[in-house]
Amino acid sequence: MSKWLQLAILAALIAALPLLFPSGYYYRIGALVFVNALAVIGLAILIGQAGQISLGHAGFAGIGAYSCALGPEWLGLHPALSLLAGAALSGVTALLIGRPILRLRGYYLAVATLGFGILVAMVIQNERALTGGPDGMAVAELGLRDLLRDLGWRIGGGEFWYAVSGIVLILGAWIALNIFDSPTGRAMRALHGSEVAARTVGIDVASYKLKAFVISAVYASVSGSLLALQNRYITPDVAGFLHSIELVTMTVLGGAGSIMGAVFGAAILTILPQVLTALADYEQLVLGAIMIVVMIFMPQGLLPYISRRLRRTGK
Amino acid sequence: MDALLQFVFSGLTVGAVYALVALGFTIIYNASDVVNFAQGEFVMLGGMITWFGHDAGLPLMLAAALAIAVTTAVGVALNKFAIEPARGAPVVSLIIITIGASILIRGATQLIFDKQIHRYPAFTGENPIEVMGATILPQSLWVIGGAVAVFVALWLFFSRTLMGKAVLATANNRLAAQLVGINTNWVMTLSFGLSAAIGALAGVLVTPITLISYDVGVALALKGFAGAMLGGMGNPKGALVGGLALGLLEALTAGYLSSQYKDAVAFIVILAVLFVMPQGLFGKTSADRV
Amino acid sequence: MTFRTTTALLTLAAIGLGNAATAEIRLGASVSATGPAAFLGDPEAKTLEMLVEQLNEEGGIDGEQVELVLYDDGGDPNKARTFATRLIEDDEVTAIIGGSTTGTTMSIASLAEDEGIPFISLAGAIEIVDPVKEYVFKTPHTDRMACEKIFADMTDRGITTIGMISGTDGFGASMQAQCKDVAGEYDIEVAADETYGPGDADMTPQLTRIRNTDGIQAILNPGFGQGPAIVTRNYSQLGIETPLYQSHGVASDAFIELAGPDAAEGVRLPGTALLIADLLDEGDPQKEVVTAYNTAYQERYGQSPSTFGGYAHDAFQLMTNAIREAGSAEPDAIRDALEATEGLVGTTGTYSMSAEDHLGLDLSAFRMLEVADGTWRSIE
Repeated sequence: MSKWLQLAILAALIAALPLLFPSGYYYRIGALVFVNALAVIGLAILIGQAGQISLGHAGFAGIGAYSCALGPEWLGLHPALSLLAGAALSGVTALLIGRPILRLRGYYLAVATLGFGILVAMVIQNERALTGGPDGMAVAELGLRDLLRDLGWRIGGGEFWYAVSGIVLILGAWIALNIFDSPTGRAMRALHGSEVAARTVGIDVASYKLKAFVISAVYASVSGSLLALQNRYITPDVAGFLHSIELVTMTVLGGAGSIMGAVFGAAILTILPQVLTALADYEQLVLGAIMIVVMIFMPQGLLPYISRRLRRTGK
Repeated sequence: MDALLQFVFSGLTVGAVYALVALGFTIIYNASDVVNFAQGEFVMLGGMITWFGHDAGLPLMLAAALAIAVTTAVGVALNKFAIEPARGAPVVSLIIITIGASILIRGATQLIFDKQIHRYPAFTGENPIEVMGATILPQSLWVIGGAVAVFVALWLFFSRTLMGKAVLATANNRLAAQLVGINTNWVMTLSFGLSAAIGALAGVLVTPITLISYDVGVALALKGFAGAMLGGMGNPKGALVGGLALGLLEALTAGYLSSQYKDAVAFIVILAVLFVMPQGLFGKTSADRV
Repeated sequence: MTFRTTTALLTLAAIGLGNAATAEIRLGASVSATGPAAFLGDPEAKTLEMLVEQLNEEGGIDGEQVELVLYDDGGDPNKARTFATRLIEDDEVTAIIGGSTTGTTMSIASLAEDEGIPFISLAGAIEIVDPVKEYVFKTPHTDRMACEKIFADMTDRGITTIGMISGTDGFGASMQAQCKDVAGEYDIEVAADETYGPGDADMTPQLTRIRNTDGIQAILNPGFGQGPAIVTRNYSQLGIETPLYQSHGVASDAFIELAGPDAAEGVRLPGTALLIADLLDEGDPQKEVVTAYNTAYQERYGQSPSTFGGYAHDAFQLMTNAIREAGSAEPDAIRDALEATEGLVGTTGTYSMSAEDHLGLDLSAFRMLEVADGTWRSIE
C-alpha cells in the first residue's frame, strides 16, 4: 500500500469512528489506542524494520510522562514544552546507552534493555521527594482546552484528547512512513535480514541500529507524555516492566512490519481487556489463550495474516 | 564479621532461588533457543499445588510429589499445544507465546485456587542454625542444596548422557539432529517436562521461606532470566553462578550500601558485565550464519 | 481491504463494549482485585458484591434495587481512569466506590470532580481529602493517623529511638514518609531507615543493619502483603529482642498464620474493631456492625475479612445511607448527604463528615492490638 493511501485510511478512520460512538467513554478508548499506537509505531521501526528487540521501552515512556509532570511543577515549563523536552531527553538517553547496548544480540539485548527500563522505573519510584514515589503525582493541564474555550469552542475532555492523540498519531505515522521509504529504512531492513550480509555491502550496521533505537525511544516518550497529560495523574507503572511487555506484545500481535499493523495491534490489546471485563474472573485466562492462539496461527501478526487471507479469497 | 556472614547467608538463599529458575530456563533454551517466560509460573505452580495438597490433608512430601508431577504435565502440555504448533515462527513470536502462557497459567491458578498468600511448614523444623553469630534457616540449606543438586544432575546429563547430547544437538541444528536419527519432538517434550519439574521443585523448596501466591511468577522469571543472562544463557554453570551472584549482589548492596537501590545495583552490574562480555560470564561466542 | 476489516472489527468490539442500563440505582466500583494491590482489592470486591446482594434481598433502598457495576483495574491508574470514564459515561452510575491504591484513587478523583460524581476512595493517603475536593470522600484512616497511634504507644513504653523497614510499594512508601514526618512531634528519632521490594524473599540484611545501629529500641514495618510476614519471620530468625510494630496493612488473621504464631508473638499494630469482634464489650457501638459483617463474610467466603474489606464495607454503607437520606439518586443530592453524614458506625470507626472533613474519623477509631497466644488482643 502506498504511503498516502495508508495515511488517508488512518485519517479517515480517526475522523469517522466517532460517528459510531454511543458514549463519551469510547473517545477515551480511542485516545488510549492512539497513544499506545504511537509507542508501537516506534517499536515497529526497531523490531519490525531493524530487527532489534527491546524489553525496556516503557522506560522511555516513563521519561516522557514524568517530564510532563516534573517540568511544569519544578521548572515552570509549559506542559507542551515539557513534552518536547522529554522527547529530547529520551532521544539523548537512547543515544548514550544505545551504543554499548546495541552491540548485544538477541536475548542479551533483551535483558540489557530490560535492565534499563527497570532502572528508570526504580529511580522514579525511589525519588519520592521529586516524583511522589509509587503513589505518583498530579500532572498540570495542557491548557489548550481552556484556550479553545476562550475562543468560543467548547470541547469535552474525552473528545479533546481523542482529537489531539489522533492528530499526533497521524503525524507520527507520516514520519515513520517517510523513514520506511528512505535509504535509512532500506538499510534497516537489510540488517534485519542479515547483519553480516548488510555489513559486507557496506552498511554501517551499528549506526543504523542506533538510529532505529533513538527514533523508537522518542516515539515511546511522546506516547508517555500524552498519557500523562490526558490522565492528569501519573504513577511509576508507566515505566514498569509490564508496560514494556505490553508494548512489545502489541507490536508483534498486530504485525511488526507495518504502521497499520502497529495501530491494529495497539487497538486489539487496548480494546480486548475492556471487552473481556464481561468475563470477570476468566479475563486473564482468555487473554493469555488469545495471545497464544494468534501467535500460533499468525506468527507474523494479525494484520499481515488477515490481508493475506483477503487477497487469497479475492483471487 | 557476623554481619557479613549474615549477608552472605541471605544472598545464597535468595541466589539459590534465582539459580533454580535460571537452570529451568537453560534446558528449554538449550533445546529450542526459546527463553520461556512462563518459567516463573512453574515455580508458582509447584508452591501453590503443594500448599493445596498439604492443606487438603496430604503429607507434605506426597503433596510436593504431586505438585511436581502436575507441573511437569503442564510443561509438556505447553510444548505440545503452544510451542510445537508454532514451529518456524520468529523468536519474538515465541516469546509472546510464552508470555501468553504465563498470563493463562496465572489466570487459571487464580480461578482454581485463590488469590491469597500461603505457606506450609519447613521440611526440617524452623529453628535457625547459628554459625559464628549469623543465622540460617534449615530450609535455606534445602534450597541451596536443591540448586546444587539440580546443577550437578544437569551437568552430568548434558555432558555424560546420549540423551543430553541429543538435546544440545537439537538446539544446534534441528535438521542435522533429525538426520542423525534424533527424535527432536521427544527432545522438546523432554526439555519442557524437565524444565517444568525443576521449576516446580524450586517452588516446593522456597515456599516455606518466601511464601507463595498466584502472582509471584513474573518477578521470579525476571530475576531468573537476569541471572541466566549474567552467567551466559544455555550453560548450567552460568545459570548457577549467575543466579547466586545476583542474590549475593542484592544482599551485600542491601547490607552495605542502600536497600532502596539494591535491585538497581544488581542490574547495573549485569549491564556492566554484558558490555565487557556480551555473551555473559560463561557464554560461548557464536558465529552468525549468513 | 484492510480498511474494511479494521472497521468491521472495531464496530464489533464497540458493540461488545456497550451494555444497557436497567436497575434504578446504579453504583460503580473500580478496585484492584488482581495485580500487585490484590491484597487490598480482592477483599474489597468480595465485600461489595456481598453487600449489594444483601441489600437487594432486604428490598434495596426504599424499595429500589441497587445494581453494582464492578471493574478490576489491576492497580493500574491508567486502567482505573478508563473504568471510571466507562462507569460515568457508559454505565451511567450515580456514584463510584473504589480506588484501592492512592494512585488509582487520584486518577479517578480528578474525573469525579470534573463530572460531578460522588466518589468514596478506599486508599490511605492524606492527599485524597486534604485539601478537600468537593466530590471526593474516603473511608480508611490516613497513614499519618496510623503513625500517630503507633508513636503514642511507643511513647507510653518509653521508646525514643526506632528503626524502620518499609515496603517500596505505594502503601509502605507512603506510610514511611508520613511516619518520618510526624515522628518529631512524638520526640521519636528514626535512626535507621531501610526498605525492601514487594517480591523480596529475605530481609535479614536490612534487619541486621537495623540491629547493628546504636540505640534502637523498637522496629516499625510499614507494608502489606507477604513482606511484613517475612520481616517478622526474619526478625525471629535473627533473635532480635526489641519490640516489633507492624502497620494496619497486615491487620488480619492471615498475618499471624503466615508469620507463624511464634514469630508474631508480641507484635503490635494499630487495627480496627473488626479484628477483635469477639472481644468487644457488649456496649461497644461497633459490636453489632462488626459482628454482622464478620459473620456474613466468613459464611460466604470461608475466610475472615481484612481491614481493607472493612473499608469497602464502610464506603458502601456511607453511600447507601447517603442515597437513603437524600431520597434521590441524583449525584449532587448524594454528595450533599454524604457530607452531612453524622455518627454513622462502620467497621473502621464512627464517621461524621463535614465540609472541611471528608474522612470523618478521629484517632480513637484505631485500637492498639497485640498478638498474644496466636491471636489478637486489645491492649487498651
